[in-house]
Amino acid sequence: MTSTQITTPVRTPAGQSPAPRRSPRDRGTRLLATLFLAPTLVGIVVFTVVPIVGSVVLSLFQWNVIDSPSFAGTANYREIFGNSTVLVSFRNTLVFMVFAVALQMLVALALALTLTGRMPVWLRSVFRSAFFFPLVLSAASISVVMKYLFNQDFGVVNWLIGLVGIAPVPWLTSENAAMATVVIVYVWQQFGFSFLLFVGGLNNIPKEIHEAASLDGATGLRKHLHITLPLLSPTLLVATVVGVINALQVFEQPYVLTNGGPGDSTRTVVMVIYETAFEQLRFGEASAVGVLLFVLIMAVTALQFRLSRRFVHYQ
Amino acid sequence: MSQATLSPSHARHALGPWARIAALTVCALLTLGPVIWTVSTSLRTPAQSFDLPPKIIPTHPTTAAYRGVFDQLDVWLLALNSTLVTALIAVGQMITAGLAGYAFARLEFRFKKPLFGLVLATMMVPLQVTIVPVFLVLKSMGLTDTLLGLIIPAFPTAFGTFLMRQYFLGMPKDLGEAAMLDGAGPWRIFRSVYAPLAAPGLAIVGVLAFNYHWNEFFRPLILETSGQNYTLPLGLVSLQGNLGTGSISVVLAGVVLSMLPAVAVFVVGQRPLREGITSAGVNR
Repeated sequence: MTSTQITTPVRTPAGQSPAPRRSPRDRGTRLLATLFLAPTLVGIVVFTVVPIVGSVVLSLFQWNVIDSPSFAGTANYREIFGNSTVLVSFRNTLVFMVFAVALQMLVALALALTLTGRMPVWLRSVFRSAFFFPLVLSAASISVVMKYLFNQDFGVVNWLIGLVGIAPVPWLTSENAAMATVVIVYVWQQFGFSFLLFVGGLNNIPKEIHEAASLDGATGLRKHLHITLPLLSPTLLVATVVGVINALQVFEQPYVLTNGGPGDSTRTVVMVIYETAFEQLRFGEASAVGVLLFVLIMAVTALQFRLSRRFVHYQ
Repeated sequence: MSQATLSPSHARHALGPWARIAALTVCALLTLGPVIWTVSTSLRTPAQSFDLPPKIIPTHPTTAAYRGVFDQLDVWLLALNSTLVTALIAVGQMITAGLAGYAFARLEFRFKKPLFGLVLATMMVPLQVTIVPVFLVLKSMGLTDTLLGLIIPAFPTAFGTFLMRQYFLGMPKDLGEAAMLDGAGPWRIFRSVYAPLAAPGLAIVGVLAFNYHWNEFFRPLILETSGQNYTLPLGLVSLQGNLGTGSISVVLAGVVLSMLPAVAVFVVGQRPLREGITSAGVNR
């Protein structure tokens, strides 16, 4: 074996000088790196980087695919701000995000905390699997099922609440209830994600901290508020950031459950992108809506990280 | 994840153990209820679909609804399309993420940090924002309304690359160095030393890809316009459209059929799925 084949000087056999910098092995490594990275990088450039730039450029044009595109300047953006459906869709999406994320965190946190108590191992894993199960199902088919369950006249949900004396609710057909229904269906399927994160986060909290707190007389709720939550705050941040990014992209549930209705009450931004581009063939305007959604996602995420400086405690 | 039988540190809970187990049971029933109802209704006759209170065990179970699905939908074609798309994407992602993850973890080359940064940054870009240009790129390639148009753009996976990089970083460096002293080149070191150890990490990437793309709705809805290229979720939603409020047991039988592979993956791949989801959140 010759010294030129060795690239790490540390491992050079005694007495030999380190390999020259441009050895054949280096070239081999670089070639291998290029080959290994090519599929991923080419794919990311063609299907993500170019499309992002394309979205911004396209948003400045008017184009229906058939005729050649014509430069429109900020016309698409002005159109959006004058279009009540698009504005309503942004408001709906933000309302949806706030309620969906809040409910998702509450449910997931309550269940994760309840699950950490004394319990046989098998029972714990049964519960964990049950809460995680909806995540493996398709949002589209689940929404088909939920459409029947939330039917005003023959749905199981109205029958169930009827048992405790609540009058039937027009879940999908009234403007006020429809958004609530979309939130419920979405949270039902998604809370398992945050739940798994919280279960993992709670397992990482050192037991000694709780024991010390118990010795000091802290119990139940107080212990959770003053010890568990601050220690869990990095996980909470991750869960809300991911939750917010996902919620701002909601599509399947409102598309299948209500198709944006009644009126525009459950029309979301992604539904508007879909309809504008692929039903009305207004590609420029759809891209402009996409660009605004992207800016919104970035802004909300940045805001979360900013706020988190005050609330997140790292051990 | 620690699996201690009883964790005394958490023992002083606001609720007693029985109250907690009861509360969790109610929540688990609410979570699984819609799925149980779907299965049970798919086995009832159309006339009994709307029975209230819903009978969990159908009085006269029948598979008529399942025959109805096969009569009204080309289930085999949809299932074949879904299987092809999902399997090829899963295998493709395992290959691209395995290779790129290894390069970022164990090979030295110029612009490594900025390139890795680029990969990570694309995780933040929602699919919906880029869908119009992606559609146009695929159109220029002649790939709209083909299964290939669904498959190829899904090959690169930023998250999978990140996951595999972490996985390779977790393996001891000494192994590769020992092989190098024995005269192995960079390809041999990858092929014979590290690649065989990567199987569990690749399984996580594959299971996550399977779960996501089997259920995928948005991209197929936009890209596949003719029925022969539909995947199962598209077929199901169209099934519901044709029937209106007609026979709900047929629609629900279709839902059950499309769920089966996802449930199978849940049963077999629960652990890699859970680990993938947990790290998906933690690594963001």
